[in-house]
Amino acid sequence: APCQPLKVEILDAKTREKLCFLDKVEPQATIAEIKNLFTKTHPQWYPARQSLRLDPKGKSLKDEDVLQKLPVGTTATLYFRDLGAQISWVTVFLTEYAGPLFIYLLFYFRVPFIYGHKYDFTSSRHTVVHLACICHSFHYIKRLLETLFVHRFSHGTMPLRNIFKNCTYYWGFAAWMAYYINHPLYTPPTYGAQQVKLALAIFVICQLGNFSIHMALRDLRPAGSKTRKIPYPTKNPFTWLFLLVSCPNYTYEVGSWIGFAIMTQCLPVALFSLVGFTQMTIWAKGKHRSYLKEFRDYPPLRMPIIPFLL
Amino acid sequence: MGRLTEAAAAGGGASAARSAGPPPAPLPLSSTSPGCAAAMASSEEDGTNGGASEASEEREAVGKRRRLGLLATIWLTFYNIAMTAGWLVLAIAMVRFYMEKGTHKGLYKSIQKTLKFFQTFALLEIVHCLIGIVPTSVLVAGVQVSSRIFMVWLVTHSIKPIQNEESVVLFLVAWTVTEITRYSFYTFSLLDHLPYFIKWARYNFFIILYPVGVAGELLTIYAALPYVKKTGMFSIRLPNKYNVSFDYYYFLLITMASYIPLFPQLYFHMLRQRRKVLHGEVIVEKDD
Repeated sequence: APCQPLKVEILDAKTREKLCFLDKVEPQATIAEIKNLFTKTHPQWYPARQSLRLDPKGKSLKDEDVLQKLPVGTTATLYFRDLGAQISWVTVFLTEYAGPLFIYLLFYFRVPFIYGHKYDFTSSRHTVVHLACICHSFHYIKRLLETLFVHRFSHGTMPLRNIFKNCTYYWGFAAWMAYYINHPLYTPPTYGAQQVKLALAIFVICQLGNFSIHMALRDLRPAGSKTRKIPYPTKNPFTWLFLLVSCPNYTYEVGSWIGFAIMTQCLPVALFSLVGFTQMTIWAKGKHRSYLKEFRDYPPLRMPIIPFLL
Repeated sequence: MGRLTEAAAAGGGASAARSAGPPPAPLPLSSTSPGCAAAMASSEEDGTNGGASEASEEREAVGKRRRLGLLATIWLTFYNIAMTAGWLVLAIAMVRFYMEKGTHKGLYKSIQKTLKFFQTFALLEIVHCLIGIVPTSVLVAGVQVSSRIFMVWLVTHSIKPIQNEESVVLFLVAWTVTEITRYSFYTFSLLDHLPYFIKWARYNFFIILYPVGVAGELLTIYAALPYVKKTGMFSIRLPNKYNVSFDYYYFLLITMASYIPLFPQLYFHMLRQRRKVLHGEVIVEKDD
């Protein structure tokens, strides 16, 4: 009978120890509600760090899953795995993006103890160096604003250790790039103003493109929901890249950094672009695979990140 | 970082891992999805928890092992026999040199061609992982082999004044014994006839050999430092048109420092593997 309350027992996935027994649970209860109940008896395991599954080695159940719809009897046995300390995505993004913004400026203004003392607070005589500062700062301010106002995250949290990993990556590379671009011995690009203008154009176009994609993805998903739909091109020409790739935001992001690398003619920037490209390709391929699995009618022409190639 | 680890099944065959228990976990640098350790950008949407993906990678690896084609088995057997033979030749040459000359001076010069050939050939082990005929992750194999290549080509080959240091013999001996044990282990595993003493050797020799090898490598790099500083080799200074600089001296210092966190991790990982394989201990792995 649909209205009979169920019993829920929660066991540790590794030791099979009985951690919690919930006596009268409504069949319409969601996993999220069960997680909240579990937290009451084990307050150190807040819901974000709980992974509940039907099988100790199986996939995590989703917060929205309804108890009644799962293959359980009158007593549901759920296995618990601790995901470790969690931190919100927003917090991680803000921290990892604020760092480069600030760090780059330290080098740009030639704050003491970075370069020789005679250079303290001096200014570069190359226009491209000032332009690069504007571009780099714009890029990260854009990212911060997007984190606050544009992105809609599927997951609320990620493991705490990620913030250390991610910040090391972003902050480290920012410092490395900024050191050379703002160095008193910086050498401007070989082909001069022509090279800088072309690179700037690439950068601006790709930044606009990346932003357009972020807006398009946001519009796919209503506020507070976690629905997934196939993204399609809109009236905005920058979104027409959806015809050819699943993750044009990554495509544009790589393009921006290539533009920045050409603009500054700085090898560390090129290396940063390469590492970023590698990581984004892995994500794009994963996303592409998820799309193919979830949607039967997924457009076959699309590649993950590079049209026709990758 | 010369990796004496025998836990990594780089170059190993299918049944190597089978008799050794489940495929050794990737280098414990990051337990999120394999291969992610190097790329440190944030895990985006759909970043599934590392545990699930590692577990499924293991299941996939088991499946792959069972389906290892005839061609792959033949190739890997040939490869492991060849490498066993190569390192045996190296060992014999080293012993003969010392017996004839009574000194280690000139030993490196006499065996360097053979060493370079066989150690460089081991780059193939990365390809083995890439094409999936060996269950180790590409990242782990890559780090292992790269550290050996680094030691051989970027230190002993390039910095001639240190070639007669005792520390060179130290790591050469450690590497030689390790590799002979490791490759013969893989060979016998592939042929499905693994004598217990080889398995025993593989999981016990490292206890001494690994620290000895690390000591040899660190002492060698340390001995090389003054020459690197004096000559400024492999270094680029500003200004230059690619706006980058590189100081090999500091690079070597950082490399030496990196042994501090990495060596204990790998050593204890191998000790755990040993307990699992030789004593059948069930070890509950740390959560992601």
